[in-house]
Amino acid sequence: MTAAAAKQEPFAAIAEFASAADLYHAAEKVRDKGYRFWDVHSPFPIHGMNKAMGLGKSYLGYIIFCGGFTGFATAVCLEFIPSSFLYPLIVHGKPVSFFTVPAFFPVMFELTVLFSAFTAFFGVFVLNRLPRFHHPLFGYPSFRRVTRDAFFLVIEAVDPRFSEAGTVDFLTEIGGKEATLIYEND
Amino acid sequence: MAETQVSAEKMVPFVERLPRRPLVENNRSMAWITDLIAGVPESKTPLWWFIAIAITGSIAAFGIFCILYLLFTGVGVWGNNIPVGWAFDITNFVFWIGIGHAGTLISAILLLTRQKWRTAVNRSAEAMTLFAVMCAAIFPGIHVGRIWMVWFLAPVPNPNWIWPNFRSPLMWDVFAVSTYFTVSVLFWFLGLVPDLGTLRDRAKSQVGKVVYGILALGWRGGNRQWRHYEMAYLILAGLSTPLVLSVHSTVSFDFATSVLPGWHTTIFPPYFVAGAIFGGFAMVLTLLIPARSIYKLHDVITWNHIDVMCKIILLTGLIVCYAYSMEFFVAYYGANPFERFAFINRYFGPYWWASWSMFTCNCLMPQLFWVRAFRRNIITVMFVSMCVNAGMWFERFTIFVISLHRDFLPSSWGMYYPTWVDVSTFVGTIGIFVTLFLLFVRFLPMVAISEVRSVMPEADPHHEPPVPHADTTAIEDVGEAHA
Repeated sequence: MTAAAAKQEPFAAIAEFASAADLYHAAEKVRDKGYRFWDVHSPFPIHGMNKAMGLGKSYLGYIIFCGGFTGFATAVCLEFIPSSFLYPLIVHGKPVSFFTVPAFFPVMFELTVLFSAFTAFFGVFVLNRLPRFHHPLFGYPSFRRVTRDAFFLVIEAVDPRFSEAGTVDFLTEIGGKEATLIYEND
Repeated sequence: MAETQVSAEKMVPFVERLPRRPLVENNRSMAWITDLIAGVPESKTPLWWFIAIAITGSIAAFGIFCILYLLFTGVGVWGNNIPVGWAFDITNFVFWIGIGHAGTLISAILLLTRQKWRTAVNRSAEAMTLFAVMCAAIFPGIHVGRIWMVWFLAPVPNPNWIWPNFRSPLMWDVFAVSTYFTVSVLFWFLGLVPDLGTLRDRAKSQVGKVVYGILALGWRGGNRQWRHYEMAYLILAGLSTPLVLSVHSTVSFDFATSVLPGWHTTIFPPYFVAGAIFGGFAMVLTLLIPARSIYKLHDVITWNHIDVMCKIILLTGLIVCYAYSMEFFVAYYGANPFERFAFINRYFGPYWWASWSMFTCNCLMPQLFWVRAFRRNIITVMFVSMCVNAGMWFERFTIFVISLHRDFLPSSWGMYYPTWVDVSTFVGTIGIFVTLFLLFVRFLPMVAISEVRSVMPEADPHHEPPVPHADTTAIEDVGEAHA
């Protein structure tokens, strides 16, 4: 396998860091070096890591707003089309008019929440490219500890600044342990 | 580099730099917590679990038999009649849906208010929410009598092209409860994904690798994933907060919008929401205290957690007490003879025992929690939680049955007596609820591991120097002794 792997193009360079603090400071250095295709992997979200990586706020909120608005519009159509045109109901002597609109609010609220929640749930997986059951990182044996207590920094080979020896050395230089290359089919 | 560290330290407010009581006790490490929580589904199934699930499973099966008996025979097998058209069925529905509210409060409202202690209890409380809402959803479905007509609840026209009335609180209820259940499932599963990744990476058996691997969806814990994940989690919390307040408000509209004395009051929405949180926290404690003892979670679910939940029970209990008193006062002060009669009849009529049970369990018993020693004693905490569980059931029975059985005209008064099917169906849903919870603790991580990690001191990237961990104590040795 090793001989075959050596001929392959590497997928990424990976290094382990001792703590969230070390990973945070390493991420700042990788960001300042100008890498673009890289990520830090941790067993929990690290507060402030977006800034250390030079990432902005997640834009998921805007997508969810669109989903919520769709839900609101769906409720308006679902309620007013039947109640005003298809089967107008006069309940308690109250016709469907501007003054009886508040009685339609609960369904509008619920559908706004429902559609927003579905957008949030599916949106987060679409933005994260999940589900993806196979990934080269899973081939690296130590990576299994990332869901336990280990911290990794991964710089992908597609990055224009990536070089097999240089990037591994750089990861060691910024405090990474066992910096190494991982391959597509490991 | 020195500059950036100084500026980072300046950014931390002074209060944040003061020593805090740690949420995880005994200076545990992340690896230790992972082993403790993930070790539960991985370990061999203990004997007590088989015994427990055999008992609760049998109760659940008998409950399902009673439901089938009802469906094949008709609602005549229940004690419901005219005037008491809503009795055990709706009492149980509101009881169960109320219990769910504590889970959403812990997972959503306490997230928005940054109550970090929630991380130890939110997973199991959310699971409790789902199972309680499942039990609740049974009753509106079966109480319609003709189960094949249950689709009349849906917002679709019937075969004569008659559309349902969207201005009816019963219609609002369908939307509220179904939205609540769906959003709770999504929120719960999203929270589970990183921990399912933990189980996947630790799994020894082939079945575990495949099942947890599929459920974890390939989670890798990259910050580019956490970034969107945290935003989704925050927004779902923000959506769930008004949602949970709306659900029990909508449930209370079913009653408040009618003209029946005892139901027709504007106090109902906040009164129902407070009662739901009150009863829900009691159920959280009822489930978590045994789980904590059995699985030795004392360092994760500490006495401080139990203490703070007892305080929430005390607070919401006082709100409920206030609502009881204010209802009574308004009945007197409103000078409506029917309303006055309804409240005198509530406490001194034929169902006096239900009202006084409610009053004792919900108003008097939680007052024990004013004393710190009672908030930190397993027996008193379990006793008060059990009282509140029972008291909240009696509250719904009081509101629904007592108000219905004597309304305006004495000629149309009547009594309601539950049949064995009524009682067995209710007990059956308790069986279903506990069975589902037992399955949950057996196969899924019952504490949100990744969230607990994130509130530990070393999770803070500005935390220096790292604390050495004293993990010499084996999990088996952890008990009440040092708690």
